[in-house]
Amino acid sequence: MDFPILTTMMLVPLVGAILSLFVQAAAARRIALAATLVTFGLGVLLWINYEIGGAQWQFQERYELFAGFSYALGIDGISLLLIMLSVFLMPICILASWEAITKRVGEYMAAFLFMEVLMIGTFAAQDIFLFYIFFEAGLIPMYLIIGVWGGDNRIYASYKFFLYTLLGSVVMLVAMFWMVAQAGSSDIPTLMQYPFPPEAQFWLFLAFFASFAVKMPMWPVHTWLPDAHVQAPTAGSVILAGVLLKLGGYGFIRFSLPMFPDASADLAWVIFALSMIAVVYTSLVALVQHDMKKLIAYSSVAHMALVTAGLFAFNVQGIEGAMMIMLGHGLVSGALFLCVGVIYDRLHTREIDRYGGLSINMPYYALFFLLFTMASIGLPGTSNFIGEFLALAGIYQASSWVALICTTGIILGAGYMLYLYRRVAFGDQKNPDAAAMGDITPREWAMMAPIAAVVLWMGVYPESFLAPMRADIAALDAQIAASAPAGDADLVAGEPRAQSANAIEYDAHSAEGAH
Amino acid sequence: MDPILIIVFAPLIASIIAGLGNRMLGDLAAKSITTGALFLAAALSWPIFIGFLNGSESAHVVPVLKWVQSGDMTFDWALRVDALTAIMLVVINSVSALVHLYSWGYMEEDPDQPRFFAYLSLFTFAMLMLVTADNLVQMFFGWEGVGLASYLLIGFWFKKPSAGAAAIKAFVVNRVGDLGFMLGIFGTFLVFQTTSIPEILAASAGMSGSTIGFLGMRLPTMDILCFLLFIGAMGKSAQLGLHTWLPDAMEGPTPVSALIHAATMVTAGVFMVCRLSPMFEAAPTALMIVTIVGAATCFFAATIGTTQWDIKRVIAYSTCSQLGYMFFAAGVGAYGVAMFHLFTHAFFKALLFLGAGSVIHAMHHEQDMRYYGGLRKAIPVTFIAMLLGTLAITGLGVYHLGAGFAGFWSKDAILEAAFARGTTSSTIAFWAGVSAALLTSFYSWRLMFLTFWGKPRWIESEHIQHSVHKTPEEAGEDTTGGYHPHESPKSMLIPLIVLSIGAVLAGQVFAPSFIDGSAEAVNGAFFAGSIYFNENLIHALHGVPYWVKYSAFVVMVLGFVGAYIAYIAKPDIPAKFVATFGALHNFVFRKWYFDELYDAIFVKPAFWLGRQFWKLGDIGFIDRFGPNGIAAVVQRGSAAAKVIQSGYLYTYALIMLLGLIAAVTYVLL
Repeated sequence: MDFPILTTMMLVPLVGAILSLFVQAAAARRIALAATLVTFGLGVLLWINYEIGGAQWQFQERYELFAGFSYALGIDGISLLLIMLSVFLMPICILASWEAITKRVGEYMAAFLFMEVLMIGTFAAQDIFLFYIFFEAGLIPMYLIIGVWGGDNRIYASYKFFLYTLLGSVVMLVAMFWMVAQAGSSDIPTLMQYPFPPEAQFWLFLAFFASFAVKMPMWPVHTWLPDAHVQAPTAGSVILAGVLLKLGGYGFIRFSLPMFPDASADLAWVIFALSMIAVVYTSLVALVQHDMKKLIAYSSVAHMALVTAGLFAFNVQGIEGAMMIMLGHGLVSGALFLCVGVIYDRLHTREIDRYGGLSINMPYYALFFLLFTMASIGLPGTSNFIGEFLALAGIYQASSWVALICTTGIILGAGYMLYLYRRVAFGDQKNPDAAAMGDITPREWAMMAPIAAVVLWMGVYPESFLAPMRADIAALDAQIAASAPAGDADLVAGEPRAQSANAIEYDAHSAEGAH
Repeated sequence: MDPILIIVFAPLIASIIAGLGNRMLGDLAAKSITTGALFLAAALSWPIFIGFLNGSESAHVVPVLKWVQSGDMTFDWALRVDALTAIMLVVINSVSALVHLYSWGYMEEDPDQPRFFAYLSLFTFAMLMLVTADNLVQMFFGWEGVGLASYLLIGFWFKKPSAGAAAIKAFVVNRVGDLGFMLGIFGTFLVFQTTSIPEILAASAGMSGSTIGFLGMRLPTMDILCFLLFIGAMGKSAQLGLHTWLPDAMEGPTPVSALIHAATMVTAGVFMVCRLSPMFEAAPTALMIVTIVGAATCFFAATIGTTQWDIKRVIAYSTCSQLGYMFFAAGVGAYGVAMFHLFTHAFFKALLFLGAGSVIHAMHHEQDMRYYGGLRKAIPVTFIAMLLGTLAITGLGVYHLGAGFAGFWSKDAILEAAFARGTTSSTIAFWAGVSAALLTSFYSWRLMFLTFWGKPRWIESEHIQHSVHKTPEEAGEDTTGGYHPHESPKSMLIPLIVLSIGAVLAGQVFAPSFIDGSAEAVNGAFFAGSIYFNENLIHALHGVPYWVKYSAFVVMVLGFVGAYIAYIAKPDIPAKFVATFGALHNFVFRKWYFDELYDAIFVKPAFWLGRQFWKLGDIGFIDRFGPNGIAAVVQRGSAAAKVIQSGYLYTYALIMLLGLIAAVTYVLL
């Protein structure tokens, strides 16, 4: 396709952002919704026209700018799916902010639309510096969304968010300069094939790791996330959990694994260790939370730990599983934050104990909340199961210990999520104001139903999502296979037993009761 | 269209319609659609089962949809129909259809009926997906699906805090088992490079000599795989250690207990072991563990059953115990016999639960047997049904007459198989099974005597007091309190009658097929390769000494006599026993303190650790020395910087001068 669709997908929200700065609140909302819907429509076109099994990089655009730096876009299947996730969630975010945001609406919508531009840019960038600009600039609108439209303690949260994520990225930029000087190109596909010397890989890996680990976020650099989520407005949380947390995982897939395979293999144990700690630690922390958003935020850290462990399992199932968790988690945790937002809009508290018995007065809300809760704990038939199952299957091939510890997440996850659901939706209606809340409105239906549909689609027929990235992940796997550490299974064949375990001799004549 | 598609998907569609339609649809429509779908499924299931019995059906797989392809790992949605599936189809759909019908009466006054019926049908769909699975992952889908439905149904009366707690407990304890199941699937994929059950079973024997690394140990491959999968089975089938959720699950409405926590879902573990029997036959150590766990559970649960007062809890522990029988039958290699007990147990245990539900219905929701008594004449149909169920579970039957109730055929075959197998673990299982049979007879008759015989003790019950608006003092001599229990409506009695027929005849009619494989010869023809069929063991089972064959009969009579003496002839004996052996009674009555133990070593520490990680780890350490620490350093630094950035010209001049001196010094030196 010659039509520069990727640029168009970025231009539409950009124009929308500029327009919404200059109009009244009501108009700004409409402009934002229209712009995100058009972008989503373009995304669907992008997906339809994406040729599965075709060239690795499609829809490429390239304009040389200066000093080797170029405006280069292009996507593979991995980017395609993450772009789809972003443009799918955006209109829902606008809807979620429709009534909740009343001050500086134009600026708010502009911030969201601008963020959409940057997210698409991050996933589509083919020049490493272009990537860096999009990647880092994404912080600014998020920082503003938390800092301006956030809760009571928004300044602390936005500062923490910014400090963490920015500090992590500075060293990455230095590493990028070195890499471009070494390889003589800032083109990402070229860099992915460039054999960096193993001793340099170690430092480069650490430099990138500093940035991606914070974005992920991995234990112990995760503490910005709960604060950011708690203070962010609902839509901010949705985007934060749905898309921004995926930047770290995308970074690992796009940079760390293909560019530094040896260092990745050498340091896989570090990733495994941090992931195992995160699964257990943050799940237990989630168990004792009183604030709904904090609980879901901590659960995100636990889920993202499965992503990192899956990626560094060095096999197809691990990486595909990690991708599927990212997509599934993006939808499900986004939806869970919407669920929190729905009742927060009514009662203005995130305190779990202020609710109870919502199944009685909000049955459809309870149904959606149940579906997303079940998806979050990886019930088969939902999106997250596919991801968790594949990732854990991949991890098991790398190490049974890591698989065992990571799989405890399915027990702990069920514990904290069902405990949350019980306190919110089950029990008696102990608070009259909570009991008086009405069920979800058509606008809220429009937010929840599409996500619910996709969650089930991904769970029942994940082939739609696995197929586009299959070739890319197979290529990645082939590239890193040589460095892959050996698993601990080490199956040793032996002489099969002559008989079944319960084989017995039988003498018919000696039997007393035989007939 | 293959009928299996209708059998499996009709309940799903009905569930979606009833669940989403809910109040718009109305009670009657929701009930009719779901019940109709289930009767349709049941009607289509029996011909398949009979087809396998007479050899006209053959095993086949109906593909449905592609599911997952990731590298070498592929699994699809498909429905497998073979003899083993056919057994489960009739069990699930028959009991489910009857339970749907029963619920018309039992749930009549509930304001939330469409939701209830939607859950019931959803459960049935998930269970059918489990038993028709052709690969381990679809089995896991069904496994988790029934877990979800179980969670929803236990928590159906979600306003009750105890129901919410029981629902979570059921799900989370099952997840502990699922951890094993999942690791088992991962390991199986690693070893066999497939999740297809037929392919795994075909390759199992060849792997029996190999070893594999697991958690730093080197273990026989098949043993560790089967052991991991068996942990999953232990969770779902409430075996010792992972059984704690089942008694609490009685918080759900009684029809749910009958369908899910007696006849179908809890037998999924047994089904899994039988389905994978060729795999387990390559794993002698794992099979020994299956045998021991089954034997221990069958005895342990039966002891608790003798002390409980809640009628449903007695039956729940009985279920747990009977599942233990099925497991050790599988463990000694008599998979057909295990399936046979699963089959007969489904009828008589569903009957007992639905009967108990009918009693509870008649007694104004009272479940405590201490407040029953003398109900025999008030609710005669229920009484007869429960009596037949009790005769079936205690296994009344005489070997030389060749006649008996359902439990006689299947339980005795299990004991004979355990004896005939002749290993240490199987002999332990035999004796545990005989002891448990004694206890089974005792607690079953204790239940019957307390409920249906003796004088009414109704007025002591708060439920009855609410109903008749009297206190025990006001009632005086009349211990009925003037309460009149009513027999249940027809919708509840018809399922009782149908199941009674099953409880009486299921053993007699189907014993040749299940135990010997066919009526004529011992060749496993009925199972047609769907399970591992141990022909020699079946011969040996028939050839055990007569004392073995009569042992179950003897202990059944002893249990009956014991219960008769304790609860009819000399009713003061139980109190005296409790007074004399207080510690022992307390230990058993408190369910061997499993709940207290788990609470102390898992639940409380998890919350404590969570708080420590949060308050000390995140806030006290990471934040303190991380972002807040950096902020503090910056603040202190800026405070220092403030001193020199005073705004006075002379300070700047001074600093400039000092800097200049330093620079010049540096250059010159």
